[in-house]
Amino acid sequence: MRRLVLIAVPYLWLLTLFLIPFLIVLKISLSDTALSIPPYTPTLDLGAGWTGVKEFFAGLDFENFWFLTTDELYWKAYLSSLQIAFLSTIMTLIVGYPIAYGMAQAPDEWRPTLMLLVILPFWTSFLIRVYAWMGILSREGLLNQFLLWTGVIDAPVKILNTDTAVYIGIVYTYLPFMVLPIYATLEKLDESLLEAAEDLGCSRASAFWLVTVPLSKSGIIAGCFLVFIPALGEFVIPSLLGGSQTLMIGKVLWEEFFNNRDWPIASAVAVVLLLILIVPIILFQRNEQKQREAEG
Amino acid sequence: MRNHLLTAAASLALFAGMATAEEVRVYNWSDYIDEDLLDKFEEETGIDLVYDVFDSNEVLETKMLAGGSGYDVVVPSGTFLQRQITAGAFQKLDKSKLPNIENMWDVVEKRTEQYDPDNAYSINYMWGTTGLGVNVGKVREVLGDDAPINSLALVFDPANMEKLADCGVHFLDAPAEMIPAALKYIGEDPNSHDPDVIAKAEGVFEPVRPYIQKFHSSEYINALANGDICVAVGWSGDILQARDRADEAGNDVEIVYNAPVEGAQMWFDQMAIPVDAPNPDGAHKFLNFIMDAENMAAASNYVYYANGNKASQEYLLEDVIGDPSIYPDEATLENLFTTTPYDARVQRVVTRLWTKIKSGT
Repeated sequence: MRRLVLIAVPYLWLLTLFLIPFLIVLKISLSDTALSIPPYTPTLDLGAGWTGVKEFFAGLDFENFWFLTTDELYWKAYLSSLQIAFLSTIMTLIVGYPIAYGMAQAPDEWRPTLMLLVILPFWTSFLIRVYAWMGILSREGLLNQFLLWTGVIDAPVKILNTDTAVYIGIVYTYLPFMVLPIYATLEKLDESLLEAAEDLGCSRASAFWLVTVPLSKSGIIAGCFLVFIPALGEFVIPSLLGGSQTLMIGKVLWEEFFNNRDWPIASAVAVVLLLILIVPIILFQRNEQKQREAEG
Repeated sequence: MRNHLLTAAASLALFAGMATAEEVRVYNWSDYIDEDLLDKFEEETGIDLVYDVFDSNEVLETKMLAGGSGYDVVVPSGTFLQRQITAGAFQKLDKSKLPNIENMWDVVEKRTEQYDPDNAYSINYMWGTTGLGVNVGKVREVLGDDAPINSLALVFDPANMEKLADCGVHFLDAPAEMIPAALKYIGEDPNSHDPDVIAKAEGVFEPVRPYIQKFHSSEYINALANGDICVAVGWSGDILQARDRADEAGNDVEIVYNAPVEGAQMWFDQMAIPVDAPNPDGAHKFLNFIMDAENMAAASNYVYYANGNKASQEYLLEDVIGDPSIYPDEATLENLFTTTPYDARVQRVVTRLWTKIKSGT
C-alpha cells in the first residue's frame, strides 16, 4: 500500500500539473477561432449527452498545424529562438562554471555566504531586475556613461532594444540556474583524485580538463537544460530589452493570442514549442538513467 | 468524507462573511484619470475601489474573451467594444440606475452609436485623436524652421525620418491606429478592409523602418517629456500630458500636439460592464459617479482628453475646452475619420503585416 502511494504521488503530480493542462492546450489547438467567450469552437457540451461529445470531436482538426507551415514567420521565429537560447546557454556556462568552481574551491566557512550571494537576486522581483537592466543599458544609462568616462567609446552605443540586450538579460537572469547544479557536483568532488592525477604526471591544467570537468558533467548538463528550456520560450526579456526586430517564438505566441485573438493558432504554436523541448528533455532523461545505471 | 466537506463549506462561508465590504474593480487605460477622483468615489459611496490599468486594447480584449476577468468596469475603444459586444462580453446598462446619463453630449453619442447602437452597453469616457507629438525645438534644429510638424510627412517621408533618427522617433505599437494613418498618407481609404489596400501600408513603413527607435504605446509620454525623443506618433491627451510634464520639470522641452493635416483618426473610449461582473450594481454607481459633470470635468482637466459629457463643459479649464487640439473646431472635426473593426481574417492580415513591418520578417 505504501509503495503504491509512493508511486502514485509523482504520477499524480505529472497528471495534474502537466498532462491535464497539456490536453487542454492540445484541444484548443485543434479547434477553430470564434467570436465568443471563450473565443474558440467547439466547446464540450456535456448537457447534450453523447451527441454533444460526438459533435465536439467532429469539430476538431489539424488545420492550425498545417497553417503554421504556410508562413515563414513561424519557423523563422522557432529557429531564432533556438539560436538565442543555445548561444545564451553557452555564454551562461562560460560565465557560470568559473563562479561555481571558485565557490567549490573557497574555504568551507565562506561557502554559505557565497551561496547566499548567488541566491540573493531572487529576493527581488524578476520584473524589477529586468527593468533595472533597462536603466543600465539605455542610451543615457550607467553602462554607456561608464564607457564614455573610461574613454572606450566617444558616443553612446545602442544596446537597449537590440539582441545584445536580450543575451545580457537571459545570461543574467538564468546564471544562478547554471551555477548551483555545477557547484553541487564540484563540491562533492574527491580532492584525492586530483592529487592522484598530479602524482601520475598530469599538469594542473590537464588535470582540470581530464578529471574535474568530466566529473562535473552531470552538473553542466543539468545547468544547461535549466537555462536552455526557459530561455527558448522566453517572452518578458525579449519584449522589454529586445528591439522590434528581435524575433522570438514567445513574442509570436503573444501576438497570436492578443493581437489576432486566435487562441487555436497560439495553442498550436505552443504545442510545437513543447515538441521541440521534449527532444532535449528525453535526451537528458536517458543520460540521467545511464548514469544511475553506471553508478548502481 | 462528508464531514470534511461540511467543514470546507463552513470555512468558505466564513471567508465570504469576512469579505462583505463592497468592492468595485475598474480596469482603465494607464495615465487616464485624476487619482483624487478614486478617493472621492470611495468616500462618497463607501465602496472599496480596486483600480488597475492597461495600455493596449488587445490585452483588455483577451481578458474579456477569456471571461471571468473579475472586473466590474472596463474601458475598450469603439471598434474593440463593437466586437466584444458581438461576442457577448458585456451586459446592457440599466439606465434607471444612471440618472447622470442626461449629462451626456448628443454629438458624441451619435458617433459612438456606430459601435454601440443606442449606446445600450456603454457610456463615453473620453475621446481624442491620434497624431503627432513634437519636440518643437529639437525638430526645428534638425529639419529647419519649416519642418512639417503638422503633417504625416514628418514621420512617413524617409528624408525627414533619416534626419530625425538620431534624436529619436517612437511609433504606437497599435496596428489599428498606425495602418489607417499610413493609408491616409498615401491617399487610400484609412478604413479599408481590403487586404490588397492594407498591404500598401507596408510600402509606407518600409523605407522609414530603420529610423524608428521603438514601437511602444505608453513609453513615449515620459520619453517626450524628458527630451529623450523628438517625435512620437501617439494619442492626443498623452502627448499633452507629456507637454505638461515637461513644463513642470522646467527642462526647456517644448512639446506640441498636432492632428495631421492629412486627416487624423478619431477614437472613443467607452466604459462598459462585463457580462460576468461580480458587482454590476457597484459598477453602475461608478459609471454614474463618472458622469457627474464636475467629476468628468476634473478627469478631463487632468488628462487633457475631451469627454462626451455636455454638462461637464462649464467646469472645464480654458486650456482644455479652448484648445483645438483637444476640442477640435468644426474644420478639424470634418478632417477626422473613424474606423470599424476588422473581421478575424482581415485582422490576421493586419497583425501579420504589422509583425513584418516591425521585425522585417
